[in-house]
Amino acid sequence: MDWFLYALDYLLGAPILGLGTMVGFVWKALLLLVTLLVFTAYVLLADRKIWAAVQIRRGPNVVGAFGLLQSFADLMKFVFKEPVIPAGADKAVFLLAPLITVLLALSAWAVVPVAEGWALADINIGILYIFAISSLSVYGIIMGGWASNSKYPFLGALRSAAQMVSYEVSIGFVIITVLLCVGSLNLTHIVIAQYEMGLAHMLGVPWLTFLNWFWLPLFPMFVIFFISALAETNRPPFDLPEAESELVAGFMVEYGSTPYMMFMLGEYVAIILMCAMTTILFLGGWTAPIDLPPFTWIPGVVWFVLKLSAVFFMFGMVKAIVPRYRYDQLMRLGWKVFLPISIAMIVIVAAVLQFTGWGWHGGMA
Amino acid sequence: MTLPLFFFYLFSAIVVASALMVISSRNPVHSVLFLILAFVNAAGIFLLAGAEFLAFILIVVYVGAVAVLFLFVIMMLDVDFAELRKGVMQHAPVGIIVGLILLLELLMVAGSAFIVPEAAGAGVVPIDGGVENTRAIGRVLYTNYIYLFQACGLVLLVAMIGAIVLTLRHKPNVKRQDIAKQVARTRSGVETVRIESGKGL
Repeated sequence: MDWFLYALDYLLGAPILGLGTMVGFVWKALLLLVTLLVFTAYVLLADRKIWAAVQIRRGPNVVGAFGLLQSFADLMKFVFKEPVIPAGADKAVFLLAPLITVLLALSAWAVVPVAEGWALADINIGILYIFAISSLSVYGIIMGGWASNSKYPFLGALRSAAQMVSYEVSIGFVIITVLLCVGSLNLTHIVIAQYEMGLAHMLGVPWLTFLNWFWLPLFPMFVIFFISALAETNRPPFDLPEAESELVAGFMVEYGSTPYMMFMLGEYVAIILMCAMTTILFLGGWTAPIDLPPFTWIPGVVWFVLKLSAVFFMFGMVKAIVPRYRYDQLMRLGWKVFLPISIAMIVIVAAVLQFTGWGWHGGMA
Repeated sequence: MTLPLFFFYLFSAIVVASALMVISSRNPVHSVLFLILAFVNAAGIFLLAGAEFLAFILIVVYVGAVAVLFLFVIMMLDVDFAELRKGVMQHAPVGIIVGLILLLELLMVAGSAFIVPEAAGAGVVPIDGGVENTRAIGRVLYTNYIYLFQACGLVLLVAMIGAIVLTLRHKPNVKRQDIAKQVARTRSGVETVRIESGKGL
Protein backbone atom coordinates (compact mmCIF):
# COMPACT_ATOMS: atom_id res chain seq x y z
CA MET A 1 0.00 0.00 0.00
CA ASP A 2 3.05 2.24 0.08
CA TRP A 3 2.55 3.46 -3.43
CA PHE A 4 -0.93 4.61 -2.51
CA LEU A 5 0.39 6.72 0.36
CA TYR A 6 3.10 8.13 -1.89
CA ALA A 7 0.48 8.97 -4.47
CA LEU A 8 -1.70 10.72 -1.89
CA ASP A 9 1.21 12.74 -0.62
CA TYR A 10 2.30 13.63 -4.09
CA LEU A 11 -1.14 14.77 -5.14
CA LEU A 12 -2.31 16.60 -2.04
CA GLY A 13 1.02 17.97 -0.94
CA ALA A 14 -0.08 17.56 2.66
CA PRO A 15 2.48 16.45 5.23
CA ILE A 16 -0.14 14.23 6.94
CA LEU A 17 1.49 11.02 5.80
CA GLY A 18 5.07 12.19 5.89
CA LEU A 19 6.00 10.28 2.75
CA GLY A 20 7.17 11.20 -0.70
CA THR A 21 7.60 14.69 -2.06
CA MET A 22 5.12 17.34 -1.06
CA VAL A 23 4.23 18.91 -4.35
CA GLY A 24 0.59 19.77 -3.94
CA PHE A 25 -0.32 19.36 -7.57
CA VAL A 26 -4.04 19.10 -6.96
CA TRP A 27 -4.39 22.55 -5.42
CA LYS A 28 -2.31 24.26 -8.09
CA ALA A 29 -4.16 22.41 -10.82
CA LEU A 30 -7.54 23.36 -9.35
CA LEU A 31 -6.51 27.00 -9.09
CA LEU A 32 -5.36 27.00 -12.71
CA LEU A 33 -8.52 25.22 -13.82
CA VAL A 34 -10.93 27.60 -12.09
CA THR A 35 -9.03 30.69 -13.28
CA LEU A 36 -8.92 29.33 -16.79
CA LEU A 37 -12.64 28.52 -16.88
CA VAL A 38 -13.69 31.93 -15.55
CA PHE A 39 -11.30 33.56 -18.02
CA THR A 40 -12.82 31.45 -20.81
CA ALA A 41 -16.30 32.63 -19.84
CA TYR A 42 -15.24 36.26 -20.26
CA VAL A 43 -13.27 35.57 -23.43
CA LEU A 44 -16.45 34.10 -24.88
CA LEU A 45 -18.35 37.21 -23.90
CA ALA A 46 -15.59 39.42 -25.32
CA ASP A 47 -15.75 37.48 -28.58
CA ARG A 48 -19.48 38.12 -28.89
CA LYS A 49 -19.10 41.77 -27.87
CA ILE A 50 -16.32 42.40 -30.42
CA TRP A 51 -18.36 40.73 -33.11
CA ALA A 52 -21.39 42.81 -32.18
CA ALA A 53 -19.43 46.06 -32.08
CA VAL A 54 -18.07 45.50 -35.58
CA GLN A 55 -21.60 44.96 -36.85
CA ILE A 56 -22.91 47.98 -34.87
CA ARG A 57 -25.02 45.83 -32.55
CA ARG A 58 -25.02 45.78 -28.77
CA GLY A 59 -24.29 42.10 -28.23
CA PRO A 60 -25.37 40.31 -25.04
CA ASN A 61 -26.33 43.07 -22.57
CA VAL A 62 -29.21 41.72 -20.52
CA VAL A 63 -27.81 39.30 -17.93
CA GLY A 64 -25.87 41.32 -15.36
CA ALA A 65 -24.36 44.76 -15.98
CA PHE A 66 -23.23 45.04 -19.65
CA GLY A 67 -24.14 41.33 -19.99
CA LEU A 68 -21.19 40.34 -17.79
CA LEU A 69 -22.99 37.25 -16.51
CA GLN A 70 -24.18 36.07 -19.92
CA SER A 71 -21.72 33.16 -20.14
CA PHE A 72 -22.79 31.86 -16.73
CA ALA A 73 -26.45 32.07 -17.71
CA ASP A 74 -25.60 30.09 -20.85
CA LEU A 75 -23.81 27.52 -18.72
CA MET A 76 -26.89 27.05 -16.53
CA LYS A 77 -29.09 26.72 -19.59
CA PHE A 78 -26.86 24.09 -21.19
CA VAL A 79 -26.48 22.05 -18.03
CA PHE A 80 -30.20 21.90 -17.20
CA LYS A 81 -31.34 20.91 -20.68
CA GLU A 82 -31.98 17.30 -21.57
CA PRO A 83 -29.14 15.66 -23.49
CA VAL A 84 -30.50 13.90 -26.56
CA ILE A 85 -28.62 10.91 -27.95
CA PRO A 86 -29.74 9.94 -31.47
CA ALA A 87 -31.11 6.40 -31.81
CA GLY A 88 -28.57 5.40 -34.47
CA ALA A 89 -25.59 6.86 -32.64
CA ASP A 90 -22.70 4.91 -31.19
CA LYS A 91 -23.47 5.89 -27.60
CA ALA A 92 -20.08 5.38 -25.98
CA VAL A 93 -18.09 7.19 -28.69
CA PHE A 94 -20.80 9.86 -28.99
CA LEU A 95 -20.41 10.82 -25.34
CA LEU A 96 -16.64 10.29 -25.28
CA ALA A 97 -16.01 12.81 -28.08
CA PRO A 98 -16.88 16.05 -26.21
CA LEU A 99 -15.12 14.73 -23.10
CA ILE A 100 -11.91 14.15 -25.06
CA THR A 101 -12.12 17.59 -26.64
CA VAL A 102 -12.42 19.40 -23.33
CA LEU A 103 -9.91 17.17 -21.53
CA LEU A 104 -7.18 17.64 -24.13
CA ALA A 105 -7.76 21.38 -24.36
CA LEU A 106 -7.42 21.74 -20.58
CA SER A 107 -4.48 19.35 -20.13
CA ALA A 108 -2.28 21.32 -22.54
CA TRP A 109 -2.32 24.18 -20.01
CA ALA A 110 -0.25 22.13 -17.57
CA VAL A 111 3.01 23.34 -19.13
CA VAL A 112 2.16 26.94 -20.03
CA PRO A 113 4.34 29.37 -18.02
CA VAL A 114 2.10 32.37 -17.26
CA ALA A 115 4.91 34.10 -15.36
CA GLU A 116 8.47 33.23 -14.37
CA GLY A 117 8.28 29.87 -12.61
CA TRP A 118 4.49 29.83 -12.73
CA ALA A 119 4.09 26.70 -14.84
CA LEU A 120 2.34 23.72 -13.31
CA ALA A 121 4.99 21.46 -14.87
CA ASP A 122 8.12 23.13 -16.22
CA ILE A 123 9.19 20.21 -18.40
CA ASN A 124 12.15 20.13 -20.79
CA ILE A 125 10.05 19.47 -23.87
CA GLY A 126 7.08 21.69 -23.04
CA ILE A 127 6.52 22.82 -26.60
CA LEU A 128 6.55 19.26 -27.91
CA TYR A 129 3.99 18.36 -25.25
CA ILE A 130 1.66 21.14 -26.38
CA PHE A 131 2.18 20.16 -30.01
CA ALA A 132 1.37 16.52 -29.20
CA ILE A 133 -1.76 17.45 -27.26
CA SER A 134 -3.03 19.78 -29.97
CA SER A 135 -2.40 17.08 -32.58
CA LEU A 136 -4.73 14.84 -30.56
CA SER A 137 -7.54 17.36 -30.44
CA VAL A 138 -8.73 16.36 -33.92
CA TYR A 139 -10.05 13.12 -32.39
CA GLY A 140 -12.83 14.83 -30.49
CA ILE A 141 -14.18 16.15 -33.79
CA ILE A 142 -13.73 12.96 -35.83
CA MET A 143 -15.26 10.77 -33.13
CA GLY A 144 -18.18 13.15 -32.64
CA GLY A 145 -18.85 13.34 -36.36
CA TRP A 146 -18.67 9.60 -36.91
CA ALA A 147 -20.60 8.54 -33.80
CA SER A 148 -23.52 10.82 -34.67
CA ASN A 149 -24.29 8.47 -37.58
CA SER A 150 -25.62 11.29 -39.69
CA LYS A 151 -24.55 12.94 -42.95
CA TYR A 152 -23.72 16.53 -42.02
CA PRO A 153 -21.68 15.68 -38.92
CA PHE A 154 -19.73 13.10 -40.90
CA LEU A 155 -18.88 15.53 -43.69
CA GLY A 156 -17.90 18.12 -41.10
CA ALA A 157 -15.65 15.63 -39.33
CA LEU A 158 -13.90 14.62 -42.57
CA ARG A 159 -13.27 18.24 -43.50
CA SER A 160 -11.92 19.01 -40.08
CA ALA A 161 -9.59 15.99 -40.01
CA ALA A 162 -7.96 17.04 -43.28
CA GLN A 163 -7.82 20.69 -42.24
CA MET A 164 -6.24 20.15 -38.84
CA VAL A 165 -3.65 17.69 -40.13
CA SER A 166 -2.68 20.13 -42.92
CA TYR A 167 -2.23 23.16 -40.72
CA GLU A 168 -0.41 21.28 -38.02
CA VAL A 169 2.42 20.77 -40.50
CA SER A 170 2.97 24.49 -40.96
CA ILE A 171 2.57 25.15 -37.23
CA GLY A 172 5.24 22.52 -36.61
CA PHE A 173 7.66 24.21 -39.01
CA VAL A 174 7.01 27.62 -37.47
CA ILE A 175 7.76 26.19 -34.04
CA ILE A 176 10.99 24.68 -35.42
CA THR A 177 12.25 28.08 -36.61
CA VAL A 178 11.68 29.51 -33.14
CA LEU A 179 13.41 26.51 -31.60
CA LEU A 180 16.41 27.04 -33.90
CA CYS A 181 16.81 30.53 -32.46
CA VAL A 182 16.38 29.38 -28.87
CA GLY A 183 18.08 25.98 -28.84
CA SER A 184 15.75 24.51 -26.24
CA LEU A 185 12.27 22.99 -26.19
CA ASN A 186 11.50 24.41 -22.77
CA LEU A 187 8.79 27.08 -22.87
CA THR A 188 10.42 29.04 -20.06
CA HIS A 189 13.72 29.08 -21.97
CA ILE A 190 11.93 30.37 -25.07
CA VAL A 191 10.67 33.37 -23.11
CA ILE A 192 13.98 34.01 -21.36
CA ALA A 193 15.82 33.82 -24.69
CA GLN A 194 13.62 36.61 -26.01
CA TYR A 195 14.56 38.71 -23.00
CA GLU A 196 18.30 38.07 -23.00
CA MET A 197 19.11 38.36 -26.68
CA GLY A 198 17.71 39.80 -29.87
CA LEU A 199 17.56 42.91 -32.01
CA ALA A 200 17.43 45.37 -29.10
CA HIS A 201 20.71 44.01 -27.72
CA MET A 202 22.32 44.23 -31.16
CA LEU A 203 21.15 47.83 -31.62
CA GLY A 204 22.56 48.75 -28.21
CA VAL A 205 19.19 49.56 -26.62
CA PRO A 206 18.66 46.47 -24.43
CA TRP A 207 15.83 48.17 -22.47
CA LEU A 208 13.56 48.13 -25.57
CA THR A 209 12.59 44.53 -24.89
CA PHE A 210 9.76 44.51 -27.40
CA LEU A 211 12.32 44.72 -30.23
CA ASN A 212 13.90 41.55 -28.82
CA TRP A 213 10.80 39.47 -29.19
CA PHE A 214 10.72 37.06 -32.10
CA TRP A 215 7.78 38.75 -33.84
CA LEU A 216 10.19 41.20 -35.46
CA PRO A 217 13.06 39.02 -36.74
CA LEU A 218 10.67 36.17 -37.58
CA PHE A 219 7.82 38.34 -38.82
CA PRO A 220 6.72 36.07 -41.72
CA MET A 221 6.57 33.11 -39.33
CA PHE A 222 4.53 35.21 -36.88
CA VAL A 223 1.95 35.85 -39.59
CA ILE A 224 1.92 32.20 -40.70
CA PHE A 225 1.58 31.02 -37.12
CA PHE A 226 -1.33 33.38 -36.47
CA ILE A 227 -3.24 32.26 -39.58
CA SER A 228 -2.46 28.58 -38.96
CA ALA A 229 -3.65 28.97 -35.38
CA LEU A 230 -6.98 30.27 -36.74
CA ALA A 231 -7.24 27.22 -39.00
CA GLU A 232 -6.09 24.78 -36.34
CA THR A 233 -8.77 25.93 -33.88
CA ASN A 234 -11.50 26.03 -36.56
CA ARG A 235 -12.01 29.74 -36.10
CA PRO A 236 -13.57 31.81 -38.86
CA PRO A 237 -12.58 32.34 -41.67
CA PHE A 238 -11.56 28.66 -41.52
CA ASP A 239 -14.61 27.31 -39.65
CA LEU A 240 -15.46 24.91 -42.49
CA PRO A 241 -16.12 21.88 -40.23
CA GLU A 242 -19.13 23.77 -38.89
CA ALA A 243 -19.95 26.02 -41.83
CA GLU A 244 -23.58 26.75 -41.13
CA SER A 245 -24.47 27.65 -44.69
CA GLU A 246 -23.38 24.23 -45.98
CA LEU A 247 -23.28 21.80 -43.09
CA VAL A 248 -25.85 23.22 -40.62
CA ALA A 249 -23.51 22.98 -37.62
CA GLY A 250 -20.98 20.45 -38.90
CA PHE A 251 -19.87 17.79 -36.46
CA MET A 252 -22.01 19.32 -33.69
CA VAL A 253 -25.37 18.91 -35.44
CA GLU A 254 -26.58 16.06 -33.24
CA TYR A 255 -25.23 17.49 -30.00
CA GLY A 256 -27.19 19.45 -27.44
CA SER A 257 -27.08 20.53 -23.79
CA THR A 258 -23.98 19.57 -21.79
CA PRO A 259 -22.08 17.64 -24.52
CA TYR A 260 -22.51 20.63 -26.85
CA MET A 261 -21.31 22.96 -24.14
CA MET A 262 -18.23 20.80 -23.66
CA PHE A 263 -17.41 21.06 -27.36
CA MET A 264 -17.73 24.83 -27.19
CA LEU A 265 -15.68 24.99 -23.99
CA GLY A 266 -12.95 22.82 -25.50
CA GLU A 267 -12.89 24.98 -28.60
CA TYR A 268 -12.52 28.23 -26.67
CA VAL A 269 -9.90 26.83 -24.28
CA ALA A 270 -7.94 25.66 -27.35
CA ILE A 271 -8.25 29.15 -28.84
CA ILE A 272 -6.93 30.74 -25.66
CA LEU A 273 -4.10 28.20 -25.68
CA MET A 274 -3.19 29.22 -29.21
CA CYS A 275 -3.20 32.89 -28.09
CA ALA A 276 -0.92 31.91 -25.21
CA MET A 277 1.38 30.06 -27.63
CA THR A 278 1.58 33.13 -29.86
CA THR A 279 2.43 35.18 -26.79
CA ILE A 280 5.16 32.80 -25.66
CA LEU A 281 6.71 32.13 -29.06
CA PHE A 282 6.58 35.61 -30.58
CA LEU A 283 5.57 38.23 -28.01
CA GLY A 284 7.99 37.50 -25.21
CA GLY A 285 5.65 35.77 -22.76
CA TRP A 286 5.58 37.51 -19.39
CA THR A 287 8.37 40.04 -20.07
CA ALA A 288 7.52 43.75 -20.03
CA PRO A 289 7.71 45.52 -23.42
CA ILE A 290 10.11 48.14 -22.07
CA ASP A 291 12.54 47.08 -19.37
CA LEU A 292 12.29 50.26 -17.30
CA PRO A 293 10.65 50.94 -13.89
CA PRO A 294 7.03 51.93 -14.59
CA PHE A 295 6.68 48.84 -16.79
CA THR A 296 8.69 46.42 -14.70
CA TRP A 297 6.58 47.19 -11.59
CA ILE A 298 3.66 45.41 -13.21
CA PRO A 299 3.89 41.66 -12.46
CA GLY A 300 4.66 39.26 -15.30
CA VAL A 301 1.33 37.48 -15.17
CA VAL A 302 -0.46 40.77 -15.95
CA TRP A 303 1.70 41.30 -19.03
CA PHE A 304 1.03 37.72 -20.09
CA VAL A 305 -2.74 38.13 -19.80
CA LEU A 306 -2.61 41.53 -21.54
CA LYS A 307 -0.67 40.12 -24.50
CA LEU A 308 -2.89 37.07 -24.65
CA SER A 309 -5.97 39.28 -24.70
CA ALA A 310 -4.49 41.45 -27.44
CA VAL A 311 -3.91 38.36 -29.59
CA PHE A 312 -7.43 37.19 -28.85
CA PHE A 313 -8.76 40.60 -29.89
CA MET A 314 -7.15 39.99 -33.28
CA PHE A 315 -8.81 36.56 -33.42
CA GLY A 316 -12.15 38.22 -32.68
CA MET A 317 -11.67 40.93 -35.31
CA VAL A 318 -10.73 38.38 -37.95
CA LYS A 319 -13.94 36.50 -37.16
CA ALA A 320 -15.98 39.65 -37.58
CA ILE A 321 -14.30 41.00 -40.72
CA VAL A 322 -13.06 38.20 -42.98
CA PRO A 323 -15.41 36.12 -45.16
CA ARG A 324 -15.19 32.33 -44.98
CA TYR A 325 -12.67 30.47 -47.15
CA ARG A 326 -13.69 27.90 -49.70
CA TYR A 327 -12.42 24.43 -48.86
CA ASP A 328 -10.04 23.97 -51.81
CA GLN A 329 -8.61 27.44 -51.20
CA LEU A 330 -8.01 26.47 -47.58
CA MET A 331 -6.06 23.39 -48.64
CA ARG A 332 -4.15 25.41 -51.23
CA LEU A 333 -3.17 28.00 -48.63
CA GLY A 334 -1.93 25.32 -46.23
CA TRP A 335 0.01 23.09 -48.60
CA LYS A 336 1.06 25.34 -51.47
CA VAL A 337 1.68 28.64 -49.70
CA PHE A 338 2.49 28.17 -46.02
CA LEU A 339 4.41 24.91 -46.29
CA PRO A 340 6.98 26.08 -48.90
CA ILE A 341 7.43 29.44 -47.17
CA SER A 342 7.99 27.88 -43.77
CA ILE A 343 10.42 25.25 -45.09
CA ALA A 344 12.37 27.98 -46.89
CA MET A 345 12.42 30.04 -43.69
CA ILE A 346 13.82 27.09 -41.73
CA VAL A 347 16.71 26.81 -44.19
CA ILE A 348 17.31 30.58 -44.15
CA VAL A 349 17.12 30.93 -40.37
CA ALA A 350 19.37 27.91 -39.82
CA ALA A 351 21.91 29.25 -42.30
CA VAL A 352 21.90 32.73 -40.75
CA LEU A 353 22.32 31.32 -37.26
CA GLN A 354 25.13 29.04 -38.41
CA PHE A 355 27.11 31.73 -40.23
CA THR A 356 26.66 34.59 -37.77
CA GLY A 357 26.66 32.68 -34.51
CA TRP A 358 23.52 34.52 -33.39
CA GLY A 359 20.95 32.73 -31.29
CA TRP A 360 20.59 31.98 -27.61
CA HIS A 361 23.03 29.49 -26.14
CA GLY A 362 21.91 29.69 -22.52
CA GLY A 363 19.81 26.54 -22.86
CA MET A 364 22.84 24.49 -23.81
CA ALA A 365 23.07 21.45 -21.56
CA MET B 1 6.07 -0.56 -4.69
CA THR B 2 6.90 2.92 -5.82
CA LEU B 3 4.83 5.29 -7.90
CA PRO B 4 6.72 4.80 -11.21
CA LEU B 5 6.34 1.04 -10.87
CA PHE B 6 2.62 1.44 -10.27
CA PHE B 7 2.29 3.58 -13.37
CA PHE B 8 4.39 1.12 -15.36
CA TYR B 9 1.98 -1.70 -14.53
CA LEU B 10 -1.01 0.56 -15.18
CA PHE B 11 0.24 1.65 -18.62
CA SER B 12 1.32 -1.84 -19.67
CA ALA B 13 -1.96 -3.38 -18.52
CA ILE B 14 -3.87 -0.83 -20.61
CA VAL B 15 -1.57 -1.39 -23.62
CA VAL B 16 -2.10 -5.15 -23.49
CA ALA B 17 -5.84 -4.88 -22.88
CA SER B 18 -6.38 -2.38 -25.68
CA ALA B 19 -4.18 -4.42 -28.05
CA LEU B 20 -6.50 -7.36 -27.37
CA MET B 21 -9.50 -5.14 -28.03
CA VAL B 22 -7.99 -4.02 -31.35
CA ILE B 23 -8.21 -7.54 -32.75
CA SER B 24 -11.37 -8.63 -30.96
CA SER B 25 -13.79 -5.70 -31.29
CA ARG B 26 -16.40 -6.11 -34.02
CA ASN B 27 -16.48 -2.51 -35.20
CA PRO B 28 -13.31 -1.51 -37.12
CA VAL B 29 -13.61 2.10 -35.94
CA HIS B 30 -13.56 0.88 -32.35
CA SER B 31 -10.47 -1.13 -33.25
CA VAL B 32 -8.67 1.98 -34.42
CA LEU B 33 -9.73 3.90 -31.31
CA PHE B 34 -8.30 1.10 -29.13
CA LEU B 35 -5.13 1.18 -31.23
CA ILE B 36 -4.84 4.88 -30.42
CA LEU B 37 -5.30 4.12 -26.72
CA ALA B 38 -2.49 1.57 -27.00
CA PHE B 39 -0.21 4.15 -28.69
CA VAL B 40 -0.86 6.75 -26.01
CA ASN B 41 -0.14 4.31 -23.20
CA ALA B 42 3.02 3.09 -24.94
CA ALA B 43 4.07 6.75 -24.97
CA GLY B 44 3.43 6.72 -21.22
CA ILE B 45 5.85 3.80 -20.82
CA PHE B 46 8.48 5.69 -22.87
CA LEU B 47 8.02 8.63 -20.50
CA LEU B 48 8.61 6.40 -17.48
CA ALA B 49 11.79 5.11 -19.10
CA GLY B 50 13.03 8.70 -19.38
CA ALA B 51 12.68 8.86 -23.18
CA GLU B 52 10.42 11.91 -23.19
CA PHE B 53 11.31 12.99 -26.73
CA LEU B 54 10.43 9.58 -28.18
CA ALA B 55 7.22 9.53 -26.15
CA PHE B 56 5.90 12.77 -27.58
CA ILE B 57 7.16 12.07 -31.10
CA LEU B 58 5.24 8.78 -30.89
CA ILE B 59 2.09 10.74 -30.05
CA VAL B 60 2.65 13.44 -32.69
CA VAL B 61 3.51 11.06 -35.53
CA TYR B 62 1.52 7.91 -34.85
CA VAL B 63 -1.50 9.22 -33.01
CA GLY B 64 -1.66 12.71 -34.46
CA ALA B 65 -1.06 11.80 -38.09
CA VAL B 66 -0.95 8.09 -38.96
CA ALA B 67 -3.92 7.01 -36.86
CA VAL B 68 -5.96 9.98 -38.10
CA LEU B 69 -5.48 8.71 -41.65
CA PHE B 70 -6.37 5.14 -40.54
CA LEU B 71 -9.55 6.45 -39.00
CA PHE B 72 -10.21 8.59 -42.04
CA VAL B 73 -10.06 5.58 -44.36
CA ILE B 74 -11.85 3.11 -42.12
CA MET B 75 -14.74 5.46 -41.38
CA MET B 76 -15.43 5.77 -45.09
CA LEU B 77 -15.22 2.05 -45.82
CA ASP B 78 -18.47 0.25 -46.32
CA VAL B 79 -17.38 -3.27 -45.49
CA ASP B 80 -19.75 -6.22 -45.28
CA PHE B 81 -18.22 -8.27 -42.51
CA ALA B 82 -20.32 -11.38 -43.08
CA GLU B 83 -18.98 -11.42 -46.65
CA LEU B 84 -15.46 -10.92 -45.36
CA ARG B 85 -15.66 -13.77 -42.84
CA LYS B 86 -16.52 -16.34 -45.52
CA GLY B 87 -13.00 -16.29 -46.89
CA VAL B 88 -11.29 -16.55 -43.52
CA MET B 89 -10.70 -20.32 -43.58
CA GLN B 90 -9.02 -20.42 -46.98
CA HIS B 91 -6.60 -17.63 -46.05
CA ALA B 92 -5.97 -19.06 -42.60
CA PRO B 93 -2.91 -21.24 -43.44
CA VAL B 94 -0.98 -18.29 -44.95
CA GLY B 95 -1.92 -16.10 -42.00
CA ILE B 96 -0.81 -18.74 -39.51
CA ILE B 97 2.57 -19.17 -41.24
CA VAL B 98 3.24 -15.41 -41.36
CA GLY B 99 2.15 -15.06 -37.74
CA LEU B 100 4.44 -17.90 -36.65
CA ILE B 101 7.46 -16.40 -38.44
CA LEU B 102 6.78 -13.02 -36.81
CA LEU B 103 6.41 -14.63 -33.38
CA LEU B 104 9.68 -16.53 -33.85
CA GLU B 105 11.52 -13.36 -34.85
CA LEU B 106 10.16 -11.47 -31.88
CA LEU B 107 11.25 -14.29 -29.58
CA MET B 108 14.71 -14.24 -31.12
CA VAL B 109 15.02 -10.50 -30.53
CA ALA B 110 13.78 -10.77 -26.97
CA GLY B 111 15.75 -13.94 -26.28
CA SER B 112 19.06 -12.67 -27.65
CA ALA B 113 19.75 -11.02 -24.33
CA PHE B 114 19.77 -14.47 -22.70
CA ILE B 115 21.32 -16.52 -25.49
CA VAL B 116 24.16 -14.17 -26.46
CA PRO B 117 24.40 -11.55 -23.69
CA GLU B 118 27.39 -9.78 -25.29
CA ALA B 119 25.53 -9.24 -28.60
CA ALA B 120 22.58 -7.44 -27.02
CA GLY B 121 24.29 -4.14 -26.30
CA ALA B 122 26.83 -4.21 -29.16
CA GLY B 123 25.22 -1.54 -31.32
CA VAL B 124 24.44 0.81 -28.50
CA VAL B 125 26.02 4.25 -28.54
CA PRO B 126 27.02 5.41 -25.05
CA ILE B 127 24.99 8.42 -23.99
CA ASP B 128 26.31 11.27 -21.91
CA GLY B 129 24.15 11.27 -18.80
CA GLY B 130 24.13 15.05 -18.41
CA VAL B 131 22.56 15.69 -21.80
CA GLU B 132 18.79 15.94 -22.20
CA ASN B 133 17.58 13.24 -24.54
CA THR B 134 16.39 15.49 -27.37
CA ARG B 135 19.95 16.74 -27.75
CA ALA B 136 21.40 13.24 -27.28
CA ILE B 137 19.29 11.79 -30.10
CA GLY B 138 20.19 14.71 -32.35
CA ARG B 139 23.92 14.22 -31.73
CA VAL B 140 23.81 10.52 -32.60
CA LEU B 141 21.45 10.90 -35.54
CA TYR B 142 23.20 13.82 -37.24
CA THR B 143 26.79 12.69 -36.67
CA ASN B 144 27.26 8.91 -36.55
CA TYR B 145 24.26 7.97 -38.65
CA ILE B 146 23.88 10.94 -40.97
CA TYR B 147 24.09 8.87 -44.20
CA LEU B 148 21.51 6.33 -43.00
CA PHE B 149 19.32 9.20 -41.85
CA GLN B 150 19.52 10.88 -45.26
CA ALA B 151 18.83 7.53 -46.94
CA CYS B 152 15.63 7.20 -44.86
CA GLY B 153 14.65 10.65 -46.03
CA LEU B 154 15.18 9.63 -49.66
CA VAL B 155 13.07 6.50 -49.24
CA LEU B 156 10.25 8.60 -47.81
CA LEU B 157 10.62 11.14 -50.62
CA VAL B 158 10.30 8.39 -53.23
CA ALA B 159 7.23 7.02 -51.44
CA MET B 160 5.69 10.48 -51.38
CA ILE B 161 6.33 11.13 -55.07
CA GLY B 162 4.94 7.67 -55.86
CA ALA B 163 1.73 8.38 -53.96
CA ILE B 164 1.28 11.70 -55.74
CA VAL B 165 1.96 10.21 -59.19
CA LEU B 166 -0.55 7.44 -58.54
CA THR B 167 -3.36 9.70 -57.35
CA LEU B 168 -2.94 12.97 -59.23
CA ARG B 169 -5.20 13.13 -62.26
CA HIS B 170 -5.93 16.18 -64.32
CA LYS B 171 -9.27 15.57 -66.00
CA PRO B 172 -9.51 17.51 -69.28
CA ASN B 173 -12.95 19.09 -68.86
CA VAL B 174 -12.73 20.32 -65.31
CA LYS B 175 -12.57 24.06 -64.70
CA ARG B 176 -9.73 24.93 -62.38
CA GLN B 177 -9.04 28.07 -60.45
CA ASP B 178 -5.82 29.79 -61.52
CA ILE B 179 -4.97 32.10 -58.65
CA ALA B 180 -2.15 33.89 -60.50
CA LYS B 181 -4.48 34.64 -63.39
CA GLN B 182 -7.11 36.06 -61.02
CA VAL B 183 -4.64 38.24 -59.20
CA ALA B 184 -3.18 39.53 -62.48
CA ARG B 185 -6.56 40.78 -63.73
CA THR B 186 -6.81 44.50 -64.32
CA ARG B 187 -9.80 46.67 -63.43
CA SER B 188 -10.99 47.00 -67.04
CA GLY B 189 -14.76 47.05 -67.32
CA VAL B 190 -15.26 47.81 -63.64
CA GLU B 191 -16.63 51.18 -62.57
CA THR B 192 -16.96 52.52 -59.05
CA VAL B 193 -20.07 54.67 -58.51
CA ARG B 194 -20.64 56.79 -55.43
CA ILE B 195 -24.30 57.01 -54.58
CA GLU B 196 -25.73 59.31 -51.95
CA SER B 197 -27.78 57.40 -49.43
CA GLY B 198 -31.53 57.51 -49.98
CA LYS B 199 -31.24 58.66 -53.63
CA GLY B 200 -30.93 55.41 -55.50
CA LEU B 201 -29.37 55.05 -58.94
